[in-house]
Amino acid sequence: MAELHNPAIEVGHDTHAHGHDHHGHDDHDHHELNFIEKYIFSQDHKIIGKQFLILGMLWAIVGGLFSIFFRLQLAWPDESFPILEWFLGSWAEGGKLSAEFYYALVTMHGTILVFFVLTAGLSGTFSNYLIPLQIGARDMASPFMNMLSFWMFVLSSFVMLVSLFIQTGPASGGWTAYPPLSALPQATPGSGLGMDLWLISIAFFIVSVALGGLNYVTTVINMRTKGMDFFRMPLTVWAFMFTAIIGLLSFPVLFGAAVLLEFDRLLGTSFFLSDIYVAGEALHHSGGSPILFQHLFWFLGHPEVYIIILPAMGIVSEVMSVHSRKPIFGYKAMIFSILGITILSFIVWAHHMFMSGLNPFVASIFVLFTLLIAVPSAIKVFNWITTLWRGSIRLNPAMLFAIGFVSLFISGGLTGIYLGNSTLDIQLHDTYYVVAHFHIVMGLAAFYGMFAGIYHWFPKMFGRYMNTTLGYIHFYVTLVGSYAIFWPMHYLGMSGVPRRYYDFTVFDQFNQYADLNKFITVAAIIVFAVNILFVLNFFYSAVKGRKVTVLNPYGATTLEWTTPIHPGHGNWVGEIPAVHRWPYDYSINGRDFIPQTEPLSAGEVEDHDIGSDTPNITDPIPGEEGKA
Amino acid sequence: MSTLTYNQTPLPENVQPFKVHPQKFALWLGISVLCMAFAGLTSAYLVRKAAPNWQEFVMPVQFTYSAILMVLSSISLQGAVWAFKKDKISLYNTTLFVSLTLAAGFMVSQYLGWMTLEQSGIYLNGNPSGSFVYVISYLHVAHVIGGIIPMMIALVRSLWLFGSPAKLAAFKTNNNKRVGIELLATYWHFVDILWIYLLLFFMFS
Repeated sequence: MAELHNPAIEVGHDTHAHGHDHHGHDDHDHHELNFIEKYIFSQDHKIIGKQFLILGMLWAIVGGLFSIFFRLQLAWPDESFPILEWFLGSWAEGGKLSAEFYYALVTMHGTILVFFVLTAGLSGTFSNYLIPLQIGARDMASPFMNMLSFWMFVLSSFVMLVSLFIQTGPASGGWTAYPPLSALPQATPGSGLGMDLWLISIAFFIVSVALGGLNYVTTVINMRTKGMDFFRMPLTVWAFMFTAIIGLLSFPVLFGAAVLLEFDRLLGTSFFLSDIYVAGEALHHSGGSPILFQHLFWFLGHPEVYIIILPAMGIVSEVMSVHSRKPIFGYKAMIFSILGITILSFIVWAHHMFMSGLNPFVASIFVLFTLLIAVPSAIKVFNWITTLWRGSIRLNPAMLFAIGFVSLFISGGLTGIYLGNSTLDIQLHDTYYVVAHFHIVMGLAAFYGMFAGIYHWFPKMFGRYMNTTLGYIHFYVTLVGSYAIFWPMHYLGMSGVPRRYYDFTVFDQFNQYADLNKFITVAAIIVFAVNILFVLNFFYSAVKGRKVTVLNPYGATTLEWTTPIHPGHGNWVGEIPAVHRWPYDYSINGRDFIPQTEPLSAGEVEDHDIGSDTPNITDPIPGEEGKA
Repeated sequence: MSTLTYNQTPLPENVQPFKVHPQKFALWLGISVLCMAFAGLTSAYLVRKAAPNWQEFVMPVQFTYSAILMVLSSISLQGAVWAFKKDKISLYNTTLFVSLTLAAGFMVSQYLGWMTLEQSGIYLNGNPSGSFVYVISYLHVAHVIGGIIPMMIALVRSLWLFGSPAKLAAFKTNNNKRVGIELLATYWHFVDILWIYLLLFFMFS
């Protein structure tokens, strides 16, 4: 780093210069990196993490904007919006969205948000940024592969972006890309070149996830610093590791499905296509099974929602403990519930297929496993609430988003119990009830986890703080707005309003909700605007925000706060600190916090099941009475 | 002094609690990823097979020859690993060359197998039972090519570099380069076993 302001770091530099003598002439050590090596094709996990974050944010704006476009159509199907024509050209001639492009927008909204924002932008960002910093490693196991992982994501993004601008438009068969719609180019314009580009983009994305995941797991297993036992790792690292494992085991199956689908499209195989007529003409396809694609797709697709939510859970656990000044409640229970969710995530996929003609006896098994997920989820919720209980809570934006996460996870999780029942699914399947459920429990909750993580680690990332006032505005408007958008959708769903309809005005029983749809759209526009404000806050603060002047502004125990304010490539100047205790020693032994690097004092026993026995939580720290 | 970068290899203070070389560990993880991909495809095969309209046919005998060639290639490559450890460079070169030749034989044999399938009326775009065999064996060959390329690089590098004992010694001190041939052999054994599994699966499932 070119400029360092903290005296402590200048000292660190000297130490390093000293240590350098031992290395002799290792020209790796002081190789000057040019701008491209440092910020573009960087192999530094911190830069790669920020690259994932910024590209993810750009995609979030695109994906969010698309949802506003189709919400306008749902709220005012008869109006015309010149702005739509300005953005979308011939797809919205006269300012009215065409039906084909409505489906393309819905498909792209889902694809972008699920894969590019909440997978790459969330676990890509924080796994990269936090794993080496929190386990005490100089970098990932293979920094080169890590760089490759990001650039595969860029390639994937580029192909998807190109598909938005081609004449037949992007894929429009839903983010699930079910055949036969997705397999037959003649089915809709979006099933043409757009679908091929979608599959290519997803294939690159899977390579990106695999390269990243290999690195995350290898790094956690192999690169931990001295004393960093598995049960001394922060819950973030646990969550990222299991997320990577889920990704490594489930994405290859989607890859197989994508390959088979592409063969069906280009080379005339019949994996997913049975005897079929298009426009009165019999196609040569015979003997395939579209349901087979659903099995393959959901074998990824369901674990994918845990790929999205687990990193958010890890971040929330960490943020909540730091800002409650309390040990996380039930540390090991948290770990084992992550493990339980990981295992269960692989044996519930068919609950997406209850209405596909699945054998009811098979369905009942999937109902059982699905409902079982409520157990580890409830353990986690219980532990978050008990972590807050009687804590000295700092209600900063990071903490607010963490609490908001728990609220959304409960609201969205409860509706999951209804949807997980195959009998109730007969009524609720493919209605707005499903839309409400997964947006709250997976979309919003994961976003809240991401926001909590960004607000919390922003000072570490950029050496500056984000603007807190804008943060409060961001949180409260987003929280109220989130519920305003998705709560009413439960009622729509219960009364049978189907998803993916372009226009409800022709159906009397759905048309009665026209005002509700307007309300939802207005709320969505407000939330979108406030999140643009967040993006502005992010970039403004990265350049002009209040500077961080102390190494450990939150009084956190974990290792990332022992690095310099602007850590260079290699993270620590001099030796990597050794670890002597678990990461949640807050408000203990009369102290506010004890860093992981501090050895156990004489007679002190490392207590992982803390929470049952924390005498000092409510007692004011001696000498700090009334300081709160 | 303004930019600090560090050597990427784990530094002495960075104790590795698991005594596995990180790249070997990453390779095993990668292999488990490939296992999932092929497990997914073969499960799809089973699911589809349970449905009506499934054409039965006999695997061409060339696919079995392929498996034998692949096993021989694997054995030869394991010999290369041993030769590299013992600094027997000419043996190392020979075994690498033999492995490559056998790998080429494998590719030819697979191609002949596909030809035989076509001649017996099993087409890529015919009944899914044949399509699965084609696509899965194509994907397997893609992974074989993914092993042939580093094998060629290893042979070329050996011919260029390892004539000089000093350069060989320097190569062997690099923690990451040193294990390259072992990684390659592990991967090669994996694609070998994978083909045997696929063949038995197609024959007897």
